Amino acid sequence: MHKIAAKAVDWHAVREDFPILREQAHGHPLIYFDSAATSQKPRAIIDALRRYYEHENANVHRGLHTLSSRATEAYEKSRQRVAEYVGAASADEIIFTRGTTESINLVAHAWGGKFIHEGDVILLTEMEHHSNLVPWQLLAERTGARLRFVPVRDDGTLDLEQLSSLLTPELKLFAFTHISNSLGTINPVAELCEKAHAVGALTLVDAAQSAGHLPINVQELGCDYLAFSGHKMCGPTGIGALYGRAEVLDSMPPWHGGGEMIVSVTLEKSVFKRAPHRFEAGTPNIAGAIGLAAAIDYIEQIGRPAIFEHDTQLAHYAAERLTELTGMHVLGPTGERGALVGFVMDAVHPHDLTTFADQYGLALRGGHHCNQPLMRRFGVSGTTRASFYFYNTTEEIDRMIEILHRAVRFFS
Amino acid sequence: MTTEIEELYQEVILDHSRRPRNFGELADAAVRVHGDNPACGDEIHLGVRFDAEGGLEDIKFTGHGCAISQASASLMTMKLKGKSRVEVMEMLRAFHDLVTDEISEAPKTLGDLRVMKGVRKFPQRVKCAMLAWRAVEQALEQGAGEANVSTEPE
Repeated sequence: MHKIAAKAVDWHAVREDFPILREQAHGHPLIYFDSAATSQKPRAIIDALRRYYEHENANVHRGLHTLSSRATEAYEKSRQRVAEYVGAASADEIIFTRGTTESINLVAHAWGGKFIHEGDVILLTEMEHHSNLVPWQLLAERTGARLRFVPVRDDGTLDLEQLSSLLTPELKLFAFTHISNSLGTINPVAELCEKAHAVGALTLVDAAQSAGHLPINVQELGCDYLAFSGHKMCGPTGIGALYGRAEVLDSMPPWHGGGEMIVSVTLEKSVFKRAPHRFEAGTPNIAGAIGLAAAIDYIEQIGRPAIFEHDTQLAHYAAERLTELTGMHVLGPTGERGALVGFVMDAVHPHDLTTFADQYGLALRGGHHCNQPLMRRFGVSGTTRASFYFYNTTEEIDRMIEILHRAVRFFS
Repeated sequence: MTTEIEELYQEVILDHSRRPRNFGELADAAVRVHGDNPACGDEIHLGVRFDAEGGLEDIKFTGHGCAISQASASLMTMKLKGKSRVEVMEMLRAFHDLVTDEISEAPKTLGDLRVMKGVRKFPQRVKCAMLAWRAVEQALEQGAGEANVSTEPE
């Protein structure tokens, strides 16, 4: 799937599309290595938002006037664009949400509330972001379901040998991340989905770290749900999507009640729309959806195979160069890795390091990365993370290595 | 060029972070407080013994964390040993002002602790500097036994 030939891209020209990359921090050119937290936005997305507010803004699905028609059309076109981007069979399988976290909570409430009972098992992994852990803890508390976890090996990959013993008849859902936000591990999604389906469980893929970085086709992956955020893939904050296989979405009751999601309402009861509108109560984030579609257009113009190749090359280059530093421990797999590298240094605590790096214009992330159980698994309180996107360069990584050398000298 | 960073990490702070003073278990502690900063995983385990008047006769700590939290704990234990309850509370308030308040003149009574002044330019690091102080505040409140304190109240 990742093997589609990547076309040649002028990456330095791509940087010009991002106004914020001309910013300075503490008198130094900004080096933004925190794209796993949120990506920067190209001019095209900023323009799309402005165009919407200047020419199309109105509420969707209700008004019979010109602007409402424009807004409705643009909003639903965006849904179609998202559907194509992830290979969904239909736009009806795409629910707009605030982001990955809300997408997962939607499944935990609407699907979990109906189908999860005492004694059922929800399978996760030890490398899940809190957003794919806490909603299931809350569901387990409400229902008496049990959580189980696929262990992570020392090399940062899932211990698939343990998986078969976890695939029991009580298993109702296997929810796992596509790419670990701390380790960079890329999980074998299709294989995991197939194994879970073999025991009759559904699957949910947390694609927060993958959706903007590599080609995704939900039908090829075979997942039942896929959750992702717009803001990590050049889009605005506050918009994301949940893909749900049509049959699964149709089986689910609503979660939020309100306008937009109903067919008819009496004082006593309501009749609800079908998916996806059943799950979109209230005025949606219309501008956000349009911004997300613009982000998809932008990404597709460069091409995900090229982006994936570029990003993983940066991550490998960074992981390799980091080993030059003494007392350096790089986490995560030595093989294929996503667009980030997490590390621990004997000489410098992650928070001291990120404060220090910031003084040189370098934006790193230090801490537990919403991965507290995983940090415990590796016996660290936190790591420093450098995460990359297609607007980053090897020269910036060279500069990071210089700054890290400087930090070691400063703190040792 | 990097005056702010040098002001934050003064040589005294780096020295205390590398070789923290009063670091270890206090065998006959009257109260032990486990402080943590869940935002970053830093931990401090503080042991305190009181004198007949309730002042701090001895104080020691263990734990792990960033240079700021380690140095702050080390400097604090040096400063508070032998201080009365009232003096400790006064110093706690003065220290909090020192690391948060842009305009306050650092009171002379803080002595060495004034090297922590640079923290005020780094609001995200105030909790690092305050962790040990939150623990000692809890120790005074608790008086005996074991207690927990967190920089993120539940």
